[in-house]
Amino acid sequence: MKAAVVVFPGSNCEADTAHVIGDVLQEPVEYVWYATAGREALAAYDCVILPGGFAYGDYLRVGAIAAIAPVMEGVRAHAERGGLVLGICNGFQVLLESGLLPGAILRNASLEFRSQWVHLRVEDDRTPFTRRYREGQVLKMPIAHGDGNYFAEPQTLAELEGAGQVVFRYCDAAGRVTPAANPNGSAANIAGIRNRRGNVLGMMPHPERCSEPLLGGVDGLGLWQSVVAALVQV
Amino acid sequence: MKLLARIHVTLKPAVNDPQGLAIAGGLHQLGFSGVEGVRAGRYLEVCLEATDRGAAERAVTEMCQRLLVNPVIERYRFELAEPAEVDR
Repeated sequence: MKAAVVVFPGSNCEADTAHVIGDVLQEPVEYVWYATAGREALAAYDCVILPGGFAYGDYLRVGAIAAIAPVMEGVRAHAERGGLVLGICNGFQVLLESGLLPGAILRNASLEFRSQWVHLRVEDDRTPFTRRYREGQVLKMPIAHGDGNYFAEPQTLAELEGAGQVVFRYCDAAGRVTPAANPNGSAANIAGIRNRRGNVLGMMPHPERCSEPLLGGVDGLGLWQSVVAALVQV
Repeated sequence: MKLLARIHVTLKPAVNDPQGLAIAGGLHQLGFSGVEGVRAGRYLEVCLEATDRGAAERAVTEMCQRLLVNPVIERYRFELAEPAEVDR
């Protein structure tokens, strides 16, 4: 698995992400600068990751200016040719702003920046990102965001649910999806969604921050292992 | 001609606005009991050079559609003014 971690001005999780892929998984990984242009810019990679952070200072709207950065032409082309694209936190926001995933992100309903561990229920274990998990499994992952309140029109939400595109939902430790377990006000407790085809995933929680015991949890590791396994099978 | 576009971006009515709710709470705190609701938005001023007002209108509309506004959650309106009128 050869991974690219895209770096925008203001990204701040690129090193954590590259560390997990390069040092923990021992897979090749490279940084790709946001100014890298062209449809073929990412053709050499299997998986493209848009990391967390505050690209362009979150100015205008979170993810909005990154979504029109030169590298996004390559990200779009990568997704079109069936390559894997993973957006984490700010990366998820960029995918929403670019239209690669449906919906939008609003300010957290509490208006607070939430930096905490949450529980997630795996809703779909057939994606290239989740095949090492099982449906209904409860994961513990950290979140750290002020804007993570997923919003979509009722019709879009119905389409997402109908097509099984909700991949992760906030839940309690027992796997119950409740309002109290929702840290940011997201519609239907949505923490992560995929596109129809299943090769683009966006999620607010940080799997790269829970892939080593030293960091207090290893539930994120399954996501990276899923990607490696998916690409070996191809 | 040089024109100034004054662009108002607001959240769609169906979109919950936690900032607006917090601001309304603050106004109630100050005793403005008549406040029934607050919606927070964004105001942008874009100074641009265009051949005429029609061209400027088309350009600003495209700017809104492609970057300044997220149509999933927001709507917008704008007016064009000569910078001289604005300075007064």
